[in-house]
Amino acid sequence: MEQFLQQLTNGLAVGSIYALIALGYTMVYGVLKLINFAHSELVTLGAYLGLTLLTSLALADRLGPLLGVLLLAVMVMGLIAVVGAMLDRVAYRPLRQSPRLSAVVSALGASIFLQNTIMLIYGARYLNYPHDILPKMTIHMVGIDVPLVRILILCVSILMMGGLFFFIQKTKVGTAIRAAAIDQGAAKLVGIDVNRVVLLVFLVGPALGGAAGLMLGLYYGQINFAMGWSYGLKAFTAAILGGIGNIPGAMLGGLLLGVVEAMGATYISFAWKDAIAFLVLILILIVRPTGLLGERVAEKV
Amino acid sequence: MIQYKTIALIITTGILAVLPQFLNPYWVDVLNNIGIYAILGLSLNIIVGHTGLFNLGHASFFAVGAYTAAILNTQYEIPVLWLIPVCGLSAGLFALIVARPIIHLRGDYLCIVTIGVNEIVRIALINNVFGLTGGSNGIFGIDRPNVFGMTLRTPMEFYYLILAFGAVTIFLFRQLEYSRFGRALNYLREDETAAQGSGINTAHYKLAAFVVGAVWAGMVGNIYAAKMTIISPESFTFWESVIIFVIVILGGSGSIPGVILGAVLVVGLPELFRDLANARMLVFGAAMVGMMIFRTQGLLPQRPRKYTLPQGRRNGEGGE
Repeated sequence: MEQFLQQLTNGLAVGSIYALIALGYTMVYGVLKLINFAHSELVTLGAYLGLTLLTSLALADRLGPLLGVLLLAVMVMGLIAVVGAMLDRVAYRPLRQSPRLSAVVSALGASIFLQNTIMLIYGARYLNYPHDILPKMTIHMVGIDVPLVRILILCVSILMMGGLFFFIQKTKVGTAIRAAAIDQGAAKLVGIDVNRVVLLVFLVGPALGGAAGLMLGLYYGQINFAMGWSYGLKAFTAAILGGIGNIPGAMLGGLLLGVVEAMGATYISFAWKDAIAFLVLILILIVRPTGLLGERVAEKV
Repeated sequence: MIQYKTIALIITTGILAVLPQFLNPYWVDVLNNIGIYAILGLSLNIIVGHTGLFNLGHASFFAVGAYTAAILNTQYEIPVLWLIPVCGLSAGLFALIVARPIIHLRGDYLCIVTIGVNEIVRIALINNVFGLTGGSNGIFGIDRPNVFGMTLRTPMEFYYLILAFGAVTIFLFRQLEYSRFGRALNYLREDETAAQGSGINTAHYKLAAFVVGAVWAGMVGNIYAAKMTIISPESFTFWESVIIFVIVILGGSGSIPGVILGAVLVVGLPELFRDLANARMLVFGAAMVGMMIFRTQGLLPQRPRKYTLPQGRRNGEGGE
């Protein structure tokens, strides 16, 4: 039972990171119908920038651990958002009217480019996050000791997701994003500047991805230039699982995938951990071809 | 017009036939790799280029073929080239089983599932599934292939094997392209609803395209295993699928010369830039983005088919 609860909290923490990354995929997909393969590299970049800022500015020493990490997160999110917008401007915007497969190749190219840029700058070896940033305390709840970092990750992600949900559902700009996702032409007709919506999506999505990268660094303590691809793929799986283009779907898919994976690794087989996520995806897609929360899209006639 | 084409074909064949005589073994080996990737690209071209299905897991079919060859050869000592049809069959069967339940998925859903299948296959190979795949070390000691009593060892000998296989592939795929089957696939790609309305069983044709592509990739897997004599899961990762995919799109999806040109560029050019060492892949990624922006449809895109009117004037273009 204790192992089960430990794995549940572990799964929820990892799952909320997946969910944050998945949001970046799903928002871009919703508006542009483009799989942003380079998103996973933005996550990696977030982890590396986090490490650089953490060691060079010594924020945790000056402002105390919690406030320091919070400020760090804000800085990383801002920087990655800028990189995301630049990525769109260079690699995707010239291809708006092109066949979708060309845009996918461009995205894959951008991914390879970014991954190798990170490798050239930081080297191919694993880098370690300092151990002593967040206090190593555990919190006793429901009969188990949960590490503080897990709870923090879960709380912060839920806050961010809640904020995003509110922003998308309740504000005027959020309504514009949803409108552009449903029908770009009609959105233009009612006076929505679709280019600005796309820019916004490429600011918000990567910002969340950057925060997720920082969390991965803090949670696992080790980062590598190729790490983004594996987390990115899982997160993309989560987005598809929930129904791509659907924001609550990405959140649900991420949490579900994190928990299923943690349980699978513990109770089925650790060696097959990475395959379990895909098996679940295939099984769910056979039953529900548009994901858990995806609406059936009317085929054009 | 027809004569020009024949002459061009004869000249190209002639050049390809004598080319390795003027190159050192290293470059002949590069040519072999280009050949293998060109044939893989052509097999994926049936699925991605002609049918418009989003397959980013082609390396898994390649892997099934290569491992079939390796296992049957090392365990039962069956000559490796005899296994070509078996490898094709096993990869085709694998594709049939995997693709059957997912073939109705829309574009991007299909894409992630094929990536997932690729990952599952790779992890299964690493975990030494059924105790046959040798785990992450893979399988070594695959026999050299034997053609008419001659054992193929040097890159140059393999060159002719791959060239012959490539020629057969091009000939057959060209026939396929102009057949009723090929036309149906193109119709499906352009407008699935209209194709369905004209009585094309879309699920059937999509599945057939997947299986044909997989059968061919499986047979290439056999040749790859015979050439390397060692295979390991590292050779069948997602990035391998990406490379094959990029060859198809960059060269010109749906076009045989385009895919071959794509293979030459994607596999051959990085060899020329070996001096750049680590920055090589960086340049490669940037080039992919740039190529797509400035030549969206690929280098040599598929040309529209020309048909002559039954009793109309011929405009000198010939056509089929």
